[in-house]
Amino acid sequence: MREVAIVSFAQSPSVRRDAQRNEVEILLPVVREAIDRSGIRREEIGFTVSGSCDYLAGQPFAFVMALDAIGAWPPIRESHVEMDGAWALYEAWVRLQHGDIDSALVYSFGKSSLGNVREVLTLQLDPYYTAPLWPDSICLAALQARALLESSEYTEHDMAAVAARSRRDAKTNPKAQLAGDFSAEALLDEPYIASPLRKHDCPPISDGAAAVVLAAGDLARRVCARPAWISGIDHRIEPHALGARDLTQSPSTALAGQRAGAGDSRFDIAELHAPFTHQELILRDALGLNGDVSINPSGGALAANPVMAAGLIRIGEAAQRIIAGDAARALAHATSGPCLQQNLVCVLEAA
Amino acid sequence: MANWCAVTGIGQTNHAAKRDDVSIAGLVREAALRALDDAAITWSDIDAVVIGKAPDMFEGVVMPELYLADALGAAGKPIMRVHTAGSVGGSTALVAASLVQAGVHSRVLTVAFEKQSESNAMWALTPKIPFQPSVVAGAGGYFAPHIREYIARSKAPADVGMRVALKDRLNALRNPYAHLHMQDITLQQIEESPMLWDPIRFHETCPSSDGACAMVLASEDALNGSQYPPGWILGGAMRSEPIMFPGRDEVNPRAGRECAADVYGQAGITSPIEEIDLAEIYVPFSWYEPMWLENLGFAEEGAGWQKVLDGATAPDGALPVNLSGGVLSSNPVGASGMLRFAEAALQVRGQAGEHQHDGARIALGHAYGGGSQFFAMWIVGSERP
Repeated sequence: MREVAIVSFAQSPSVRRDAQRNEVEILLPVVREAIDRSGIRREEIGFTVSGSCDYLAGQPFAFVMALDAIGAWPPIRESHVEMDGAWALYEAWVRLQHGDIDSALVYSFGKSSLGNVREVLTLQLDPYYTAPLWPDSICLAALQARALLESSEYTEHDMAAVAARSRRDAKTNPKAQLAGDFSAEALLDEPYIASPLRKHDCPPISDGAAAVVLAAGDLARRVCARPAWISGIDHRIEPHALGARDLTQSPSTALAGQRAGAGDSRFDIAELHAPFTHQELILRDALGLNGDVSINPSGGALAANPVMAAGLIRIGEAAQRIIAGDAARALAHATSGPCLQQNLVCVLEAA
Repeated sequence: MANWCAVTGIGQTNHAAKRDDVSIAGLVREAALRALDDAAITWSDIDAVVIGKAPDMFEGVVMPELYLADALGAAGKPIMRVHTAGSVGGSTALVAASLVQAGVHSRVLTVAFEKQSESNAMWALTPKIPFQPSVVAGAGGYFAPHIREYIARSKAPADVGMRVALKDRLNALRNPYAHLHMQDITLQQIEESPMLWDPIRFHETCPSSDGACAMVLASEDALNGSQYPPGWILGGAMRSEPIMFPGRDEVNPRAGRECAADVYGQAGITSPIEEIDLAEIYVPFSWYEPMWLENLGFAEEGAGWQKVLDGATAPDGALPVNLSGGVLSSNPVGASGMLRFAEAALQVRGQAGEHQHDGARIALGHAYGGGSQFFAMWIVGSERP
């Protein structure tokens, strides 16, 4: 495949409610920062692709207004996925393989505060058999966590430890929403919100946006001292019917990982899009990540979870570590759908 | 450079106002299975699925690719969901083709659908944005002023739109899949139909349909055994511009002109009216036929309506437009763009049946969306250069 790298990344701070700004206003400075840092002029960017979800704003065509953040003319080669921005990045990577263009802008945004995100995500379910029962996203995750606890050695303490580590690591991430020192023991004193999940097992509700610039081959080398090369990227989906899946495993993550070249599990860091603590445990096992790999040094989705951007942020955070010289090989992961139904794995390397 | 990609399977549903005989999953499967049958392959031959549809509010299902993964045989495979407003059916096909052209996959199933009877599309398209007055009622309310501006600029006679509507509805009589089959339609009937959004009459507007379209796109070495020849993708392009800014021309948008120039360039076309045998153009309101003829370079600016009145776009004209009956005869919104792309491919593959255009070698598929700001186009041909 053609060599393609991430040459810049920018993200907004994730906040519980950005009441002062609409999506375009959140996005504009992020896109501008990513383009400025890339060293590529806006009008030279060959392809633009974004990811967002109409239902967060409760109106059709959320992505239409978002184009205002990109600029007026010239008209751009542009596409949009109603998916997390990580899949927009995948589309851009595919497009760059054609060879006729050398750079792409990828962005995504989510203003979860506008509605009730738990109920919005319920509308992802089978509209005839499951959605009418209104199981919300936290209750479904709780079913998955319960299945995991009952079928493995993992305990609620392991889950709390994930939350404590995520919030501790988030102290060094100025964009994170939840950060601080918590002990797993103290977290376990809190009540359940949907047994076995406590509040710390769940992601915060976040408003935010992210943008990435990709460049191919020599252009990447010219504009970036240490590009984060995409050595492999793949995504897979599982059946939707929850009863057709073993919720304690993530075979689609394992398969995407194998196909992306993550099979050897030798990474300096891994950014896993695990909105729930127990999902990190499932993903680590699916990818064979052992104690040597630093997991979610950004704090992950447990510290900042702008829906539709949180997966792209994982890729951006991983790339940023390579660009900054803090890592040589990184894994990034994104998920979509109830209980980790769909998963994407991206392997990034310094050289 | 990019690899060659061809259309090797095409399927569409029988479109109707209400397909209450099938679920959403049943609807997309109906189209997908017909495409697989045409390509003479099965689900296991498919490497990846790319699905598109217009706003999720039309069915009330958020990111329905998740729910449809099972019905589309996508488990264990990659599936992507495209949404670029009305142009989405076209964009979806282009994203699917991109996977083959990039060399990532050999065979991709692409599907687009809308089951509009699940909700009320007009009101789903009437957003109430905080702090902004809601000035439109559905897409017709949005586009009517653009049409009035076109008529004012071009001094087109009042019957142009009605003649387009008559032509497309008559064309639909030769397309068994079309939603509207109005056997006895006349110009007078169109003229006497209620005015919805001046100058758009009831019979000059698209229906609201349930329907789906699917295609199998394959690389050169994965063409398989369809009884019909492959339809080669000679060019594909997308262009977008923001919906509203000073200096933007909504009647003849720059994004559309540049998209057309790009796709013609890729296909080596220098004189579109002479070199393209037929076009499937996204015409949801009758007047968009002359407007897009100009935007696409088939007519000089201001002269598109003359082509319509001269019969150039009729089935026996120089450039038959919408032999399938077009969006005016079937409009499952999310699929409407893909239907244009697929109908263009049907023609160059020689499988359009009663509405087949003799000697069709090169055809244009066109889709647009948003406030005439998103464009997707492809050129398909019976032969690879």
